[in-house]
Amino acid sequence: MAESATHPQYLQHHFADAVQQRESSKLGMWIFIVTEVLFFGGLFAAYAIYRAWNPEIFHNAHTALNWKLGAINTMVLITSSLTIALAIRSLQVDRPKPAQHYLWVTLLLAATFMVIKYFEYAHKFHLGELPGKYYTYTGIEGTNPHVFFSIYFVMTGLHGLHVLVGMGVIFWMILRTRRGEFGAQYYTPVEVTGLYWHLVDMIWIYLFPLLYLVG
Amino acid sequence: MSDTVATAPIESRIAVPKQIDPKTGLPRPNFLQDGGKGLKSWLFTLDHKRIAVLYLITISVAFFLGGIFALLIRLELFEPGKQFFNAEQYNKLFTLHGAIMIFLFIIPSIPAILGNFVLPLQIGAKDVAFPRLNLASWYIYVFGSLFAIASIIISAADTGWTFYTPYSSSSSSTAVIPMTIGVFILGFSSIFTGLNFIVTVHKLRTPGMTWFKMPLMIWGLYATAIIQVLATPVLGITVLLLILERAFGIGIFDPAMGGDPVLYQHFFWFYSHPAVYIMILPGMGIISELITAFSRRKIFGYTFIAFSSMAIALVSFLVWGHHMFVSGQSEIAVMIFSFLTFMVAIPSAIKVFNWTVTLYKGSIVFSVPMLYALSFLFLFTIGGLTGLMIGTLSVDVHLHDTYFIVAHFHYVMVGGTVMALMGGLFYWWPKIWGRMYNRTWALVGWILTFVGFNMTFFTQFILGARGMPRRYWTYLDQYQPLHGFSSVGSFILGIGFLISAIVLFVAVHHGRPAGSNPWGALTLEWTQTTSPPVEHNFDGEAVYEHGPYDYDKVIPKVSI
Amino acid sequence: MSRHVEQTDAQGGHLSPTSTYLKVGAALLTLTVLTVAISRINLGPWNLVVAMLIASVKAVLVVLFFMHLLHDNKIYGSFFAGALVFLSVLIILTMFDTMDRGDLHAEEAAPIRARAVIYGDDGKPLKKNIHEEKGASEEQHENAAADTTAAEKSIDSTD
Repeated sequence: MAESATHPQYLQHHFADAVQQRESSKLGMWIFIVTEVLFFGGLFAAYAIYRAWNPEIFHNAHTALNWKLGAINTMVLITSSLTIALAIRSLQVDRPKPAQHYLWVTLLLAATFMVIKYFEYAHKFHLGELPGKYYTYTGIEGTNPHVFFSIYFVMTGLHGLHVLVGMGVIFWMILRTRRGEFGAQYYTPVEVTGLYWHLVDMIWIYLFPLLYLVG
Repeated sequence: MSDTVATAPIESRIAVPKQIDPKTGLPRPNFLQDGGKGLKSWLFTLDHKRIAVLYLITISVAFFLGGIFALLIRLELFEPGKQFFNAEQYNKLFTLHGAIMIFLFIIPSIPAILGNFVLPLQIGAKDVAFPRLNLASWYIYVFGSLFAIASIIISAADTGWTFYTPYSSSSSSTAVIPMTIGVFILGFSSIFTGLNFIVTVHKLRTPGMTWFKMPLMIWGLYATAIIQVLATPVLGITVLLLILERAFGIGIFDPAMGGDPVLYQHFFWFYSHPAVYIMILPGMGIISELITAFSRRKIFGYTFIAFSSMAIALVSFLVWGHHMFVSGQSEIAVMIFSFLTFMVAIPSAIKVFNWTVTLYKGSIVFSVPMLYALSFLFLFTIGGLTGLMIGTLSVDVHLHDTYFIVAHFHYVMVGGTVMALMGGLFYWWPKIWGRMYNRTWALVGWILTFVGFNMTFFTQFILGARGMPRRYWTYLDQYQPLHGFSSVGSFILGIGFLISAIVLFVAVHHGRPAGSNPWGALTLEWTQTTSPPVEHNFDGEAVYEHGPYDYDKVIPKVSI
Repeated sequence: MSRHVEQTDAQGGHLSPTSTYLKVGAALLTLTVLTVAISRINLGPWNLVVAMLIASVKAVLVVLFFMHLLHDNKIYGSFFAGALVFLSVLIILTMFDTMDRGDLHAEEAAPIRARAVIYGDDGKPLKKNIHEEKGASEEQHENAAADTTAAEKSIDSTD
């Protein structure tokens, strides 16, 4: 379809105008965020219940986690949230080149997060601090730390999966920005990617103190 | 005192959409032809109407499959002891009947078929907000269903459709994981449909149609969508934890490792109770449409019905513990849940009152859809009242896991949702295909369905009250007469559904051609689209001219 | 650069100054340091409360500024708030059960059948049949917990 002032290429045919399309996309992503909150929320509920039942186990077992690495990862993710917000702002003022750079930095920070995560996991596997029936480490006081590690691995694993997916989407946004698809007129896909990424950051903001800093 | 009409009813200024192209004299190309013929144009369509038809086909297959399992169950239970299946096989039968009917049939049914078709039309939109997501939802549905069906072939699950731990997580040797992966995938289909509908209703209404001028079908679909996006993710995480527990022994539901099996039940029912309102709310939306159209009356208490849909959606999240009264929950929890269960019945009751009052002094047309709607009023009321009975903690202690429960939920799900679905299908069939069905045979189908249903399930209230437990392969001799009667009823019910399906199927190609508004209804899909609708739904923009139920103000233009 | 004048972009969306983002980012990093610092001090049960409070402040900053909710349509915020409300319902109502299971596991074992014997971990009978002391005719069981605990102890029934 030929592009025109009233029918730009990115405007889908069933929308009346670009504003309706943009607001629909944003609302759609916010609703998706709602589903993610409930999805992870189930795990937070399991955490709350088991921690309330076994406060000593949680306290003892959490020492197996490296709080320094956890803190670094928290700061890495927060910074990546900042850079993606700045990327979107660059597009808002019609500067796609800096936007691309900010997106690359975001991607790099996300990769850093995953690398640190890899080292954490590798260390635990080495020691035998594994979920549930695979748990073999004997260095933690008290009984049954299995459930703590199960919760730890499921929560951080699922979060890590979301980081990976986010990385894929951010990369795709970089490609589209390079192709010149985005500018002040249209940057909605990057905006909703940002919303998703901020959610991933927010979940970690809660995971960090709950898992790494147990009293 | 009856209403006095202040002014004489007016005729709409909007012309009836032309079914015939004036230049060629042939019927205008509609969505069935426009957009291409051939399988590829259907499998890659972005048109919500075509996607609705795709869902219609696949969901019908699921209903048929789930129905076969139902008949096998009733066949086995005709007499005590083994008829055709042993106990292990029987466990698989009821598991599959439940899982297929719930996850593959009833939860998607009305939103995916009728919601997809009717929602954009009724709000005057050209499509849903995210057409590609809509198509993806269908593919996800098919993919998830294949997983579920594959699990049947591998080694059908025998845990009951509720997959309670610890049996499902440790002991059962059947293909629980493939089945639950299927459920997980199907959950996404439900979530994306809900997301799509919420954004569509918020953003794509035609100018002039404010929230309180929408048809009540839309309110029903909207409230359903809210539940879908809030509740289904919790099912997702529950099923994921179950799979991890079963595959990797993470121990979250295993007492030996510090876990708690009842926690599974909490998580499972946090979704599955709101899920039953996902099943009934769209049905209630349909009933509002049918009752008004076929009594030629404005709905009584529009605002109350709209708000009650939202109230049901929200309060439904507070009552899940009533499925767990005998699970070992704390005393305080069971009392809270029982009390809240009484609260959730109130909005449903308000709707039933309002529909009944709408009928009063109406000009009743006993069309086939109307008969289904009236059946709904009767059967859903029975289902709802028995729900209150078992929501009462002290009564449920005796009735839990008996046939009383089975009868209750079949009355609301089949007597409620399926009757509404049938009514909706017959109502909108002429709109979808441009063809009318054979009324005589449709009536035969309805009568057999109604009689067969009550034979099958009213009996089960009695069975349950007399102590017959559910999910039992055999039983004491004293229960045989009732079981036998119920089994005969189930086959009559099956024949009724089969006849109705044939009637609808035959109508697609051989029905008498129908006009744009054979019922003389006043919602936009009847007044401003052709039958079948053209690909982009409306000629130009849909015009909001009058309310959806303004039978006292507007003379509908009937076009048979 | 300017004092905070409401700026909008070409589409009418709100444009936050770069400084806003940087300030929020700095605040988030500072709060992270604070969280870690406070966690080293033993405040008993208050550690959890403080940690969650700080995390929530961070989350609010992310939501209001990075996700633009402060300047966006209120509907997005309503949906997000709704999600949090229902998540709270899940956690709170479930904990009404899990926190109050009571002394289910503290009940003394009572055999299901009158003449059964309970064995201890050492393989020797714990005590004579409790019901013989009370009166064997009474098959009343105080509560279902007795059956549960008895089952857990794997009674070797003589019947």
